[in-house]
Amino acid sequence: MPKVKVPRKSTNIDMTAMCDVAFLLLTFFMLTTKFKADDPVIVDTPSSISEIKLPDTDIMAITITKDGKVFFGMDGKYNRERMIEKIGARFGIQFTEEEVHSFSLTGSFGVPIANLKQFLSLTSEERKNEKIQPGIPIDSLNNELQYWIVYGRLSNPRTRIAIRGDGETPYPVVKGVMNTLQDKNVNKFNLITDLEVRPK
Amino acid sequence: MAELDTSQSGGKKKGKKHGGKKMSTRVDLTPMVDLAFLLVTFFMLTTTFSKPQTMEINMPVKDKETKEEGQAVKASKALSILLGADNKVYYYLGIEDPELMVTGFDKDGIRKVLNEKNRTIRDLIVIIKATKDAKYKNVVDILDEMAITDVKKYALVDITDFDLELIEKANL
Repeated sequence: MPKVKVPRKSTNIDMTAMCDVAFLLLTFFMLTTKFKADDPVIVDTPSSISEIKLPDTDIMAITITKDGKVFFGMDGKYNRERMIEKIGARFGIQFTEEEVHSFSLTGSFGVPIANLKQFLSLTSEERKNEKIQPGIPIDSLNNELQYWIVYGRLSNPRTRIAIRGDGETPYPVVKGVMNTLQDKNVNKFNLITDLEVRPK
Repeated sequence: MAELDTSQSGGKKKGKKHGGKKMSTRVDLTPMVDLAFLLVTFFMLTTTFSKPQTMEINMPVKDKETKEEGQAVKASKALSILLGADNKVYYYLGIEDPELMVTGFDKDGIRKVLNEKNRTIRDLIVIIKATKDAKYKNVVDILDEMAITDVKKYALVDITDFDLELIEKANL
């Protein structure tokens, strides 16, 4: 019986095509990616059936944590630069160029304005410490959130305001934030929620 | 594709004694593919695909002058919902001498009530009041119920002492 000859084929595969595909995908993801904002706190938002999407840009986000701390964040590097300069002028604090730059790269923050200078000198690792960020004061006596809202809107007039609250936040804190907004004539704002299926 | 044809086409052989071996320029692309896929994975994991959902709310303009006028709500059409501690929902119809009832957020809870009242009462107005023990989640949930049950008119207002007394008295 003659042996069946299996022709030996080279196992050398041409990787070029695979390489092409990989880089195509890579380019796609690099261009479409938008890095998750570096949030100082974890917030578990409640769910709703609302299907309105939050726009990507021109957003001023007020984050409220479970224990009632308030954080403030605004998108846009240049908007933030303008904002901190205005805040500095209002409170008579001179921010150095480095501090302004550091602030322009900061996402959400929750420090009283008096501690802002010290906060900006810290590294992002040090900022994760809970004691560093006690939240922005919103008491009626010392309501700093209103200044951030006013100067934030002055820096970017098109901005929309979104409240990102944790489901377990006590309502009075949220009410405090809403009252602040209303005092500043912001009567239309968004509540960020998770998606939930509409019941039949 | 990935290999270049560098085979010398004669003519130059004279100068080189060692008659240069034809080196293959075929590059092994495997590590490059590895790297590319590693980066693809990285970007896939860090990217945020889903935008967060939002709920739009419009609050009435806070103006000290117009506050006094206020919109009078017909007592027979007003359903007050009070949000209490432990996810409890209290509700009563009308304004004077109301009968306070308690329910929850589940399917047969407040939604059933809202659906029924919305059907039987024309131009129902729901007044939502949250106590200080209520959670933010409760407020979002009740606003959501408004959307689900298609209640057209509702308002989020401050709780009054009268309401707090009612809850205390009823002790549900």
